[in-house]
Amino acid sequence: MKTAWDRVQLARQLERPKALDYINNIFDEFIELHGDRKYADDKSIVGGIAKLDGKAVTIIGEQKGKNVKENMERNFGMPEPDGYRKALRLMKQAEKFNRPIITFIDTPGAYPGMGAEERGQGEAIARNLIEMSRLKVPIICTVIGEGSSGGALAIGVGDKIVMLENSVYSILSPEGFASILFKDSSKAKEAANSMKLTAKDLKKLNIIDKIIKEPDAGAQNDMKQVCGDLKQYFIKNIRELENLSSEELIENRYQKFRKM
Amino acid sequence: MIIDKVKKINGEEKNKQKNEKAADMMIGKWVKCDNCKEILYKEELHQNLSVCPNCGKHFRLSSRRRIKQIADEGTFQEIGKDIVTKDPLEFEGYLKKVESLREKTKIDEAVKCGTCEIEGEKAVLAVMDGNFLMGSMGSSVGERITLAIETAIEKKLPIIIFCVSGGARMQEGIVSLMQMAKTSAALAKLDEAGLLYISVLTDPTTGGVTASFASLGDIILAEPKALIGFAGPRVIEQTIKQKLPEGFQSSEFLLEHGFIDKIVERKDMKSTIAQLLRLHK
Repeated sequence: MKTAWDRVQLARQLERPKALDYINNIFDEFIELHGDRKYADDKSIVGGIAKLDGKAVTIIGEQKGKNVKENMERNFGMPEPDGYRKALRLMKQAEKFNRPIITFIDTPGAYPGMGAEERGQGEAIARNLIEMSRLKVPIICTVIGEGSSGGALAIGVGDKIVMLENSVYSILSPEGFASILFKDSSKAKEAANSMKLTAKDLKKLNIIDKIIKEPDAGAQNDMKQVCGDLKQYFIKNIRELENLSSEELIENRYQKFRKM
Repeated sequence: MIIDKVKKINGEEKNKQKNEKAADMMIGKWVKCDNCKEILYKEELHQNLSVCPNCGKHFRLSSRRRIKQIADEGTFQEIGKDIVTKDPLEFEGYLKKVESLREKTKIDEAVKCGTCEIEGEKAVLAVMDGNFLMGSMGSSVGERITLAIETAIEKKLPIIIFCVSGGARMQEGIVSLMQMAKTSAALAKLDEAGLLYISVLTDPTTGGVTASFASLGDIILAEPKALIGFAGPRVIEQTIKQKLPEGFQSSEFLLEHGFIDKIVERKDMKSTIAQLLRLHK
């Protein structure tokens, strides 16, 4: 039986599949779109359009690297405001063309740098929360690795929230949590085990809707199976969500978070 | 206004020491301004809206005093008082700490909400309180604020939220994080209903509160020299491994970068809000 800390380690593995791995395995004809039309193209968030089961969908993903070089390029999956604004631009575009949205969450948190603050990191995240709560198209959010803090939630407001079995989702990294509450960041392991950050804990708390099984040693050991299950889940749920009127869809989404 | 100013005879340093002694000696009745180091008589300070008469520093306010400053006398009617603190992580010592804080501070949570009148204009008012676990947002704070927003929608009233917060409340874990989504979703409904939301940022407004309702006002006001940001200054300094420039993340900095509408001194806050309410009638 894995402890919460074991899962944190698995969720952070360099070789663990990243957003683009899922995007390329699950969808057809992915075309990446860039930039927030305001300031920059933040490479820690990828986005674009692809086909799922023959229908166009919009995809947003927080993208980490698998080695130092890639991680430098992707800023270790820590978006700046420009990344969140790019995500929002593409999600509004999805609404315009009536495309469902699928997001992939994998971040240690929003980047805490000077430029990020100067360009309104708080505002960018807040804007995504309010806008995602009222988008007229189905939204499915998928935690594939590390879902940490407002930086994860900023692409995490949807009709269905799914987690891979070895992913984690929390208010802050266990290290940050330990440094705030135990005044000692080396107590991260202890923190992780008390934070209820595993998929199983979060299902019990009714924060998420579904857990996708992984091979014991992590998703990379059987991507065919994991991606197959995810794909099936997306297709089935989008079909169901598309049967609702946009008013029902938005009201259900409101009630979902209202209860939390 | 400043009672018994310690005379500045022998230069700043000596004066500072003397002030510090005086502060120690008269704990309870006196308070030292941590900006200009002036020793202030508490009663006088409170009569001056908790603004230092010497340097203009805006001291942090309890929700009780803030409501008194903003709402017309006798009009504030509380909403959501019965919503109590929850403990979803079963975090050791949390509820006990909350209970003892309640006894000590006579505050029941980090926000107080209600309906009121401001210069005769009806409104919903939510006021956070930094004296209660640094104004952090857990489920009860999120629930009270959401309820206040829903009350505004139901009664077709404008809402004003005074923010002061260290961010999401760690002890309630992911449930605290979700309050950001919940309050923002409620504001989407308020927006669709065409109602006015004025957000007022006071020192400090950070973390999950900045990244949700604090940044979503139709109009965003701030008190002078408040610390406002997403990441805290210490976290940023650790990340970039250098000291932040003076005034980084201050109200003035945010105004310059286009993230707030106006800086309003405390003495003008009520009349400014009332003016905005009248302009939206």
